[in-house]
Formats: sequence, structure tokens, C-alpha cells
Amino acid sequence: MSDDHVYLTLAEGHEDDTRWAYGTGFEDPLHGVDTTVPEGVDAAELAADCVALADDALISAQRLAEWVTRAPELEEEVALANIGLDLLGQARLLYTRAGQADGTGRDEDAYAYLRDAADFRNVVLAELPRGDFAFAVVRLLVLSTWRLAHFQRLVDHPDPVLAAVAAKGVKELAYHRQYAADWAVRLGDGTEESHRRMRAALDEVAPYLGELHTAYDVRDEVADVLRQVTDAAGLAMPVYRPLPGSGRAGEHTEHLAPLLTELQGVARAYPGATW
Amino acid sequence: MVTALLDTARARRVAERVPDPELPMLTLADLGVLRGVEVGADGTVVASLTPTYSGCPAMAEMRADVAARLREAGYERVEIRTVLDPPWTSDWITESGRRKLTEHGIAPPGPAPRGGPVPLVLSPTRPAVPCPRCGSADTEETSRFAATSCKALWRCRACREPFEYVKEI
Ligand SMILES: [Zn+2]
Repeated sequence: MSDDHVYLTLAEGHEDDTRWAYGTGFEDPLHGVDTTVPEGVDAAELAADCVALADDALISAQRLAEWVTRAPELEEEVALANIGLDLLGQARLLYTRAGQADGTGRDEDAYAYLRDAADFRNVVLAELPRGDFAFAVVRLLVLSTWRLAHFQRLVDHPDPVLAAVAAKGVKELAYHRQYAADWAVRLGDGTEESHRRMRAALDEVAPYLGELHTAYDVRDEVADVLRQVTDAAGLAMPVYRPLPGSGRAGEHTEHLAPLLTELQGVARAYPGATW
Repeated sequence: MVTALLDTARARRVAERVPDPELPMLTLADLGVLRGVEVGADGTVVASLTPTYSGCPAMAEMRADVAARLREAGYERVEIRTVLDPPWTSDWITESGRRKLTEHGIAPPGPAPRGGPVPLVLSPTRPAVPCPRCGSADTEETSRFAATSCKALWRCRACREPFEYVKEI
């Protein structure tokens, strides 16, 4: 394949409905996987769990993607985009599993593009506006640590598909957490300005930690990692100040709806569009 | 029976030779993502693939490439299955795959971490990746993520060349 003709070659080679770029109507990411829900697994509960986990990932991926063209260095833009891509991959698998389990047969597009803010079950921390780079680092540290701790338990879930998605996700999330931890230490232990911004970011996430602990009881693991990182960074542990309301119950901030407008705009205006 | 076995071996050879879309110096067999090829009694070829990363955008392309090559080889009924369990590990990259990576200036992965909790490392003493060009161990990481999820960016202080490194996972 010569580089000059790379797009032509791709176009010729993909006249069937398999596409690799953007749009709606992708091939089912669980194509060819045994989709039976095992006996003893509550299918409605499984579907709800998958949607919540997928929503956390999709909304986080969208916020991470906002860093493209805005990151302090090209390397960080690439890193944040790659982390978002991993999460988007996890969301696709989980939405597809949800549609199989809840009996509606909805595909990933139906969940990602055709639900309103009140139907989303992501935790509120994921939807908060992009903020500065310190906030992105702290949010990623908290969310990846929390998700990793929960996924490590899901590896033993009785549903083999959810267990397999978790086993794969664990490996990815460990890299996300390491990336965030490295930056947290570098910024916390950096200049006066970077230290100040990290302190502000930790204060900003503190009220949203309570919701994470209600959703999955992995408080000790999360606190242990945050303590290691804040110690190494010369920062204080965030203090919990619980807020009312929960994204898991569909109670969101005013920030989610505009995010969804951007995420869903094209798919809703041109149903079935590919681009 | 013998014909079916021969046919399976032939179909496997066809599928094994398909190059990876993102690391084209490797075949799907080198990368360890081709998990099986079987030809059924009715002549249907079932090829099983596993993604390297959950969000790997090349997965759909791999599926299409394997199906297209098998059809070209005369198999009319082709089915591509996704296998998620066990998850892909960089340990599945073959010896010949590792050699090809090095020849193309990409450092192959070391051994993947074994099961259990994935430890966080906050000390700056992570083991250095040897430079694939000059072999020097005097190298440093410039970015944990590169053009694709599976690679990191490194730099060699001895020969001053940047290089990519396939991460252990
Ligand atoms: Zn070198």
C-alpha cells in the first residue's frame, strides 16, 4: 500500500459495512461472542451495572478528548486522547452487553447518542467541566484508581462477558492511573504555581468522592493510593465534604447536557449517518 | 477428515499472514491476536481474533482484512469471532515478532506483569528499555503513550535517536 493512495486503498478494501473511522452503525464490538446471560445472574441488574460503568467511561472519554489541541504539550495531548480511546472501547463493549442483557437489543449507538441527560448514570465527577491540566490530572487519578479497584473485583463476576471486559480493562486502567500519578507528583512537587493548582484541584474533587464510595465500596483501596500519591507530591489528602444528589440516580449538574449536545448532535440531526 | 485437517492448516496459513494494520511489520500471528482458525464440515472458516486494547480502532480493520484474505483464498463462508477471554497480553508477541520489531527500530515489550493487583510505581527507578538501534541502556521515557495505545515514546541518550516501545500489558 503506497502512502499516496492510503485513503483510496482503504475505501476500496472496505466496501462492505465494516468501517474503522467515525460515525454511527459500527460493527458490534461483541460480534461472535457468546451472549447468553448465565443462570443465576439478574439480567436487569447486569444491564444497569453495565450502563453505569459505560456512562462513566463515555463521559470521561469525552472530557479527555476536549484536551486535543489544548494540552500543554503534544505528548500529553496524545496520552489523554489514548486514555480516552481505551475508555471509549470499554464503553462500547459495556453498552453492547447492556443491550443484550436488558432484552431491548439496543446497540451502543442507542445508549450513547439517543438518551437524554437524566437517563445517564455516570458519577458527577466525570461530567464536571474540563478545568485546567491540574484538575484533569487529579480527576483522572481519582477516577482511574476507583475504576481499577472496582474492575479488579469484577474480574470474578458471574457474567463471563462483564468479567472479560473487566480483566482487559484492569490492564489499561493501571496505565491510566500510573500516568495521572506521575503527573500528580511532578506538579505537586514542582513550582509554587503548579503546587497551588494541584491543591485547588484536590479541593475541587473532594465533594465528589462521597458519591464514588456509595457506588462501589472500594474506599480503602482508593484512599491508600491517594495517600501514596499525595505523600510523594507533598500535598494533603482531600477531605470529604459530601454533596447531595447522585449521578447514579440520574441527578446531574448543569454541565452534562451541553456535553451531550456536542457528543450527540450529529448522530441526532442525521440518524444513521456515517462520517 | 484428512481433507478437513489440510484445509484447516491452509486456512490458518492464510489468516496468519495478514499484516497488523498498525504494526505492519508484524503479522496477526506475530502479534498474538489470531486465536484460532477452524474449517467446519460445511466449509465455513471460523477465525477468532482478540483485541489488543478495548478501544483498538484497528480491530474492525483486522476483521475485514482476515475475511477478505480468506475469501480471496477461495473460502466462501467466513466467520470472524471476537474472543475477549483470556485478554491479550504482550507476552503473546512471538519471538519472530519481537525480532521484526527490533529490526524496525521499535523496542519489544519485556515480560508482562503477572495477575494480582497492578502496583503503582512512584519512584523514578523504573527499568530502562534498551535502545533498539544501538542497544544502549542509557535511555529515558519521553511519553507513556505514543501514536497508538500499545506503544510508549522513548529516547536514547547514547545514539540520540527517539524510538517507540511496545508496552508490557
Ligand atoms: Zn541508541
